[in-house]
Amino acid sequence: MPLLEIRRVTRRFGDFTAVDDVSFAVEPGEFFTLLGPSGCGKTTLLRMIAGFDLPDAGQILLDGRDLADTPAERRPVHTVFQNFALFPHLSVARNVAFPLRMAGLGEGEVKRRTADALDMVHLGELAEHYPHEISGGQKQRVALARGLVNRPRLLLLDEPLGALDLKLREEMQLELIKLQREVGITFVFVTHAQNEALALSHRIAVMNAGRVEQLDEPSRIYGFPVNRFVADFIGNCNLLEAEVRAVEADGLRLSVAGLGEVRAPAAEGCQTGERGLLALRPEQVQVAAEADPAWANRFPGQVRDFLYVGDVTTYQVRLDNGYTLQALLPNAAPGRARFHETGDRVMVGWSAQAGHYVREA
Amino acid sequence: MTKWAVLSPPTLFLLAFFLAPALIMVLASFQYPGEFGGLAPLTDPGDGKEFGLTLENHAFFFSDWLFAEIFARSFAVAAASTLICLLLAYPVAWLIAQSPRRHRDLLVLLVILPFASNFLIRVYAWMILLGPQAALARTLNGVLAALGLEPVSLLFSPCAVLVGMVYVHLPFMILPLYTNLEKHDPVLLDAAQDLGANAWRRFWGVTWPLSLPGVFSGSALVFIPVLGMFAIPDLLGGTRDMLIGNLIKDQFLGVRDWPFGAALSIMLTLAVLSLAGAAAWLSKPKARAA
Repeated sequence: MPLLEIRRVTRRFGDFTAVDDVSFAVEPGEFFTLLGPSGCGKTTLLRMIAGFDLPDAGQILLDGRDLADTPAERRPVHTVFQNFALFPHLSVARNVAFPLRMAGLGEGEVKRRTADALDMVHLGELAEHYPHEISGGQKQRVALARGLVNRPRLLLLDEPLGALDLKLREEMQLELIKLQREVGITFVFVTHAQNEALALSHRIAVMNAGRVEQLDEPSRIYGFPVNRFVADFIGNCNLLEAEVRAVEADGLRLSVAGLGEVRAPAAEGCQTGERGLLALRPEQVQVAAEADPAWANRFPGQVRDFLYVGDVTTYQVRLDNGYTLQALLPNAAPGRARFHETGDRVMVGWSAQAGHYVREA
Repeated sequence: MTKWAVLSPPTLFLLAFFLAPALIMVLASFQYPGEFGGLAPLTDPGDGKEFGLTLENHAFFFSDWLFAEIFARSFAVAAASTLICLLLAYPVAWLIAQSPRRHRDLLVLLVILPFASNFLIRVYAWMILLGPQAALARTLNGVLAALGLEPVSLLFSPCAVLVGMVYVHLPFMILPLYTNLEKHDPVLLDAAQDLGANAWRRFWGVTWPLSLPGVFSGSALVFIPVLGMFAIPDLLGGTRDMLIGNLIKDQFLGVRDWPFGAALSIMLTLAVLSLAGAAAWLSKPKARAA
């Protein structure tokens, strides 16, 4: 039995449908992420799971039990809020002890479990400090300790890393993964940052306009997006309009307007004559002065622009037929910051196994 | 330089019109009364009359239980008024803070609207409302008569004084409470609920402790003026409802014993200051309790 089941849930605000007939299930121990742009309905869904809002239609089940009649304070579900929502008048220890006291545990038990939770997030020595006296990363850890201290069935995290700076965010990502593995509590994580979702989750539900567009493991979401929205939203992507010319044993022969024939890996259920998109990740595209014989697809072009960001350089290459492709080249060789200059004539190519054909309904 | 230019006018004003009179009062409390009011001279005028400094005024205060009783009664009235104001003002302030933003200014305006008419006129209005010919008193006495009980007077009673005190000072409690409650982050209540707190515990665990600064400033704004108030007990109270304010006023305007009036004032000031100090000490370092 899944731990959490969202069954055909809909929520409307006036004419606006925030969550539109959404269904999915979260398994025990899973790190599950709701990913989508702002306004896609992910936070509304989270608030309904927490109990701050109720669905207009559909059910939310926890351990097979409908939560509709259980108010937020009685759900074994805790939330880590975006700005942490620490109680400013309580010390770190008292913030963490809050859910234990609400649960009516004895003073000894409260003390012991608060200390354990603070140790878990390495904040034992800050127990008597107040929220305004500690840093953003420390607040984040207090909020996590407070959410986990009385072992909820489910921990909801609402953009918890959004308020932290980049460096700290990366540190906290690693800590979150470690923490979730250690405590074994199911996490439902909400974010609009696709790299965060890819890094943290066991599975991701990509949401758009109130619906789940795709639900899968991170590598499959990235490698095999099911439609234009997912391909475009997750990472960077070259999207080429394509028509299927032939479905063969070793892959597809696509016709891309202006480019001619392009070979791509086979895609499920795809039929000759249909139209779709070829999603090509920048790191799959090679750029060289001379074409490599290994490239099944190769086209001449000119470097329009490049962006050097240290570990990699992103090239914008304009093909002779008008398309501009993005290509990502690693700067593995020391001191070799650039391979090509703006204006250079180059060859662009990719193998027959690269890219992913996206069917468009 | 600019800092001084900005700060010096108010500083000079306070020195001239607050600190200097206060010091004069301290000095006056150690002087003898003048023959027809005022103060006796500090130096020997050579006519055989009293002059110089004395502790008599302060000693007189401690010579009679009556004064202590008036002090105690005044503090009791001030405490009761503050408490009633707090109980009435808290829900009002909370409702204003919860109401849609576009309505709040209007509601705050309604709270301070009574200030648009003169304080004495509003107290006189209460004399009519509580008077024996008013519907309130007649209904009450009708019920009492039906039960075979003696009629009572609403006006000129401790109750009337309390009603007047609460009525006049209520806005001074509502405004600081509202200012405080309005700033509360609603997500804290969500967090408390999420972590298992029901409505009752959300209030006592989050809203109330966070509103304490508002409670303290509102209480100070009610307690201190009520303590010194003489007009309301004069108009609405009976002869036995004299408070310190009335006593001090009488020393200056009635019996013309300025030094004793000054001594009473100084003692009232000291009592209020020590009370305020105690409150500040109790409310400040939260860390001690943790």
